[in-house]
Amino acid sequence: MTDVEGGLIAPAATAGPRSAAAVAQPAAGFSRRLLKQPVAAVCIAYLGLLILVGVVAPLLLPSIAGQQAGSLSEVLKGPSGAHWLGTDSLGRDVLERLLVGTRPVLVGVAEAIGASLVIGPPLGLLAGYRGGTTDRVIGWLADLMFSLPGIVIILVVLAIFPENMLAAMITLGFLVAPSMIRVVRSAALPVRSEPYIEAAKISGFSDLRIMVREVLPRIAGPIIVQMSLAAAAAVGIQVGVAFLGLLVPTPAPSWGGMIADGWSHISSDPWLILPPAALTAATILSLGLLGDAVRDTTAGRWASGPQAVGGTRSIRTREERGPRISSASAADGVHPGHASAGKVLAVEGLSVATDAGVLILDDVSFDIAAGETLALLGESGCGKTMTGRAILGLLPTGITPTAGSIYLKGENLTSLPEKALARVRGRRIAMIGQDPMVSLNPLFRAGWQVQEIVCRHRDGISKSEARDVALDLLRQVDLDDAPDVFRRYPHELSGGMAQRVSIARALAGNPELLIADEPTTALDVSVQAEILALLRRLEAERNMAVLLVTHDWGVVAELADRAVVMYAGEIVEVGQVEQIFARPSHPYTAGLTASSPHYASKKEALRTIPGSVPRPGDWPAACRFSPRCDLSIKACETGPIALVEAESGSRKVRCVRHAEFAERTAR
Amino acid sequence: MSETVRNYVTEPVSAGPDRGGQTRPRSSWGRAAAPFRAFARLTIVRVATRRLLLAIPLLFVVSILTEILVSLIPGNPGYVLLGSTATPSQVAALDQRLGLTLPLYEQYWHWLRSALTGNLGTSFYTGQPVLQAIQSSIWVTISLMVGTLVISLTAGVALGVISAVRGGVLARFLDAFALLGFALPGFWIGAELIRIFAVKLRLFPAVGYVSFGQSPAQWLHSLFLPVVALAFGGIAFFAKQTREAMLDALGSEYITMARASGVSARAIVWRHALKNCLVRVVTVLGIEAVFLISGTVIIEFVFGLPGLGSLAATAAGNHDIIMMQGVVVVYTLMVVAINLIVDVAYSLLDPRVGVK
Repeated sequence: MTDVEGGLIAPAATAGPRSAAAVAQPAAGFSRRLLKQPVAAVCIAYLGLLILVGVVAPLLLPSIAGQQAGSLSEVLKGPSGAHWLGTDSLGRDVLERLLVGTRPVLVGVAEAIGASLVIGPPLGLLAGYRGGTTDRVIGWLADLMFSLPGIVIILVVLAIFPENMLAAMITLGFLVAPSMIRVVRSAALPVRSEPYIEAAKISGFSDLRIMVREVLPRIAGPIIVQMSLAAAAAVGIQVGVAFLGLLVPTPAPSWGGMIADGWSHISSDPWLILPPAALTAATILSLGLLGDAVRDTTAGRWASGPQAVGGTRSIRTREERGPRISSASAADGVHPGHASAGKVLAVEGLSVATDAGVLILDDVSFDIAAGETLALLGESGCGKTMTGRAILGLLPTGITPTAGSIYLKGENLTSLPEKALARVRGRRIAMIGQDPMVSLNPLFRAGWQVQEIVCRHRDGISKSEARDVALDLLRQVDLDDAPDVFRRYPHELSGGMAQRVSIARALAGNPELLIADEPTTALDVSVQAEILALLRRLEAERNMAVLLVTHDWGVVAELADRAVVMYAGEIVEVGQVEQIFARPSHPYTAGLTASSPHYASKKEALRTIPGSVPRPGDWPAACRFSPRCDLSIKACETGPIALVEAESGSRKVRCVRHAEFAERTAR
Repeated sequence: MSETVRNYVTEPVSAGPDRGGQTRPRSSWGRAAAPFRAFARLTIVRVATRRLLLAIPLLFVVSILTEILVSLIPGNPGYVLLGSTATPSQVAALDQRLGLTLPLYEQYWHWLRSALTGNLGTSFYTGQPVLQAIQSSIWVTISLMVGTLVISLTAGVALGVISAVRGGVLARFLDAFALLGFALPGFWIGAELIRIFAVKLRLFPAVGYVSFGQSPAQWLHSLFLPVVALAFGGIAFFAKQTREAMLDALGSEYITMARASGVSARAIVWRHALKNCLVRVVTVLGIEAVFLISGTVIIEFVFGLPGLGSLAATAAGNHDIIMMQGVVVVYTLMVVAINLIVDVAYSLLDPRVGVK
C-alpha cells in the first residue's frame, strides 16, 4: 500500500508535543483548516458525490441491478447521445451500471472500515496506554496478522461463503487492522505520560474513562489517516475480487465486474474498460490524498514539505553554483601582501543570511595563527556554530554567505567552487562535532571511517597502508587497544571513545586548522578533562590552529589563547583569554563569566543573565545586548555600536561604556 | 544544539546526558569484546529464530481457518459448497470426504497428520492432488514475484536516490508517479499493456506462460508484461520510500561531519547515505512483498498465467476448500520466507539490530 506523501512509516509521530489547549480546540477548526487545502476540498467533494450516487442511484434506477441484457443490437457501442459512456458486451448502458455499481463498492468499504475500527483503535489504545505485557501480546498479534497473505485469506472466505461480500469485507477489515493498531499505539504512547493524564489518574478516573475521554480525541488524526488509507486499500481489493467474479453475483453491476467485461473485450472495444477503471483509480487516489491532507493538517506539516528537502540539495546544486560569493563582492585569489598573511585563518567581514534575507552573522572578523587556539564564545543562538560551518562551506540549505571573505593561508575560500572547497575539507580544515555519538555513521566500523578519510587525503595510498595509518591515528588519540576500537561500530563505543575516533578522523588529513565545535559538551565530566588534555597536546605537537566553539569558560581557560565573544550574530569582544577574564570590558562577557560555575565566587549564588538571546531577525537596531543589560543608557539605544579597539589595541569591544565598565570590573 | 541559557547557567561544567558504559575500564572491554562479537554474529540466528517461531502460530491459524469457517456455515455446508442443486447423496459423500461429520479438532488433526507427511489432500472439484497442483503452479508465482521485486527495488531505489539528490523537476515527477502507482489498479495497467503491446504491436504474448525449462527466452518473454504491470506500483512505492529515507540520511549530523572530513559528494550519497537509507527500504520491503502477493493473484488471472493465484481464484470460485486450504498454507510459507529474508538482510545491514 503506497502511502502517497509521507511513506508508510511516517505517520506515527502526530499527536506528539501538543498542549492540552491545542487539543481542546473544537473539531470545527480542524475541518476548516482541512477544507482550506484545495486538494482536500476536491477529494471530499468527490467522495461526497460518490456517496450520494451510491445512495440515490439504485433508488432512481431500480431495474438496472437485475438487468440481464440490454438491446442486442447495441452491443459494445462507444459513447453516444443515447448512451453517454457507451454500452457493454450485453448491450447495457455503461453509465447506469457504473452509477448503480457504486453502492456495493461503498458498502464493502464501509464494512471493512467498520471491522477494522472495531478492533484496531481499541487494541492500539490498550497496547499504548497499558504498555508492558499487554503491549507485547498485542504487538505479537499485530505482527501475526501483518504476515497473512491478504487477498488469499479473502479468497478462502469466499470459497466457503460464496459471493458473501459482508464476510469478505469484514475479513479485509481484520487484515488492515494491524497497521491501525500500530499507529494508534505509537500515538497513544507519548500521551500516556503527559502530566494531565497523570492528573486524571490521580483524580481517580478509571483507565477506560481516561482512554476514551482524554486519549482518543488526541489520536483521532492518525486514526482518520489510517482509515482513509485502509479505505483506499479496500476499494482496490473490493474491485479486484469483484473483477475475479467472486464477490458480486451476476447480473448485478459492480465496478470490478465491469472492468472484467472491458478486459475480456479489450481488443474489440478498448473504451469499455476505461470508465470503471478510471473511476476506481480516482476513488483510490482521492482517499489517499485525503489521508495525506488530514495528516498534514493534524501534524501541522512538520514532517514533510520544504524543510525535509533541505540539507540535501546543497550537495549538487551548490557545486553547480560555483563560487559562493561572486567575485564582485569578494576579493578573490591569493593576497600576498595582505595583512592577514602569516595567519592560518583570517575571517574578514563575514556576513551570512537566509535566502529570505534574515541576517544570521553580521560582519564577523577574526584570525588565528598556527599553534594558536581561538575560542568562539557565546550562548546558544549567537552564531558560533554557524561561523564554524561557514568556514567549511557547510552552511545548511537556504543559508548563504552574503559578504566578506575567509582566507586560509591567504587563499580566499569564499571564491572557491564546491569541488575545490571539498578538497580543503578534511585536508586543510577539519572539524570535530558536539555529539560524538551522532557524528559517526552508525552503520560503518569506527576504524573504517578513519581509514576512509586517510585514503581520501593521501593520494595513491594502498588500503592496507591506510589501515595502518588509521590504526596509528587511533593510537595517537590515546586509544590503547586501537585494533579493537577499529573493528567496533559506533554504538559499541563510549562517548569518550567515539570523540577520540572523531578526533583521529579529523587528524587524518593533517589539517592546518581544526574546528572543534563544543568538543566536550556531550561528555561525562571525567572524560571532558581527558579530551581537553588530548586536544592541547595535539595542538602543540602539530602546531595546528584551533577554532574552539564553546559556551564553557572552563574549556576556554583550559585550551584557548585568545577569545572572541559573540552575541546575536556579531562580535562583542576580542582579546587574550586572561585579559578578558580578568577585566571583561563588555557587560555580556562579564555576565558569561559571572554565570560560569568555574569562576563564580563560592560564597555567592551563581548569577545569571536575565532574558535570552534574540532570534535572528529580532535583533535590536542599536546595541543588541541592551535589552538584557543593567548598564544600558540612552546612547546604547540610538544606533549601531562599533567594534572599537581598547587598551593596547590587542583588545576590541563593542560597548559605548566599555572604558568605565572595564574599570568597574577590574579585579 | 542542547546548550541553552538555562543549562549553561545551572549545570556544572555542562554535563551532557550520561553515555552508558563510558567509565567502563578498557581492560574489561577487551575481555568482553570477543564473546560479544560472537554474539553479534549470532544475531542473525536469533532474528531468524524469532521469525520462524512466529511462523508456527501463523501456519496453525491459516491452516485451521477453512475448518473453522466451514463450521460457521449455517445449516448443511454441503449444499453451500455444491450448490442447491446437489442431491442428498452427493452432499453425504462430500461430508464424508471433508470429514464434516467429525468434530472440528478431529478434522484438523486428520488434515495436519497427512499434511506433515506431504499429503495435502485431493481437490474435490478436479480430483487432482493438491500438492501436485501447487508444485506445478508455484514457480510461476515465484518467478513473477522475484522478477517484480528485483525490478521495482533496483529501479525504485535508483529513482529515489537521484530525486533526493537532484530535487526539482525529478522530485515532482516522482510525486506524480507515486500517486499513479498508488491509484492505478494493477489489472487495469495489465489490460492496457495487453492491448498495446500484445494486441496492437504483437511484441509479447497476451496470455500464457512458458516455463524456464522449456525455453528461458520465452519464459522471460511471457513474464515481461505481467512483471511490468506489477512493478509499476512497486517502483513508485520504493522510489518514494527511498527518497524520504535518503533525505533523512542526508540531513543527519554524521553526513555533515563526513562532508567536513572531506568525503566526496559521490561517496556521501552512494556509500554513507545509501546504506542508511537501505536499512529503511528493507523494513518496508516486507510490507511491499506481502502486498505484492495480492497483486500477483489478480495479475496471474489477467495474463492467464497458471500460477498459485489463478489456482486460488479458480478454487475459490469452485468452493474447492481442500485446494484452498493447501494454497493458503503455501502462500503463508512464502510470506514467512520473505519476512525471514528481510529480517536477515536487515540484521546484516544494521549492526545495531538485536543490541539493546
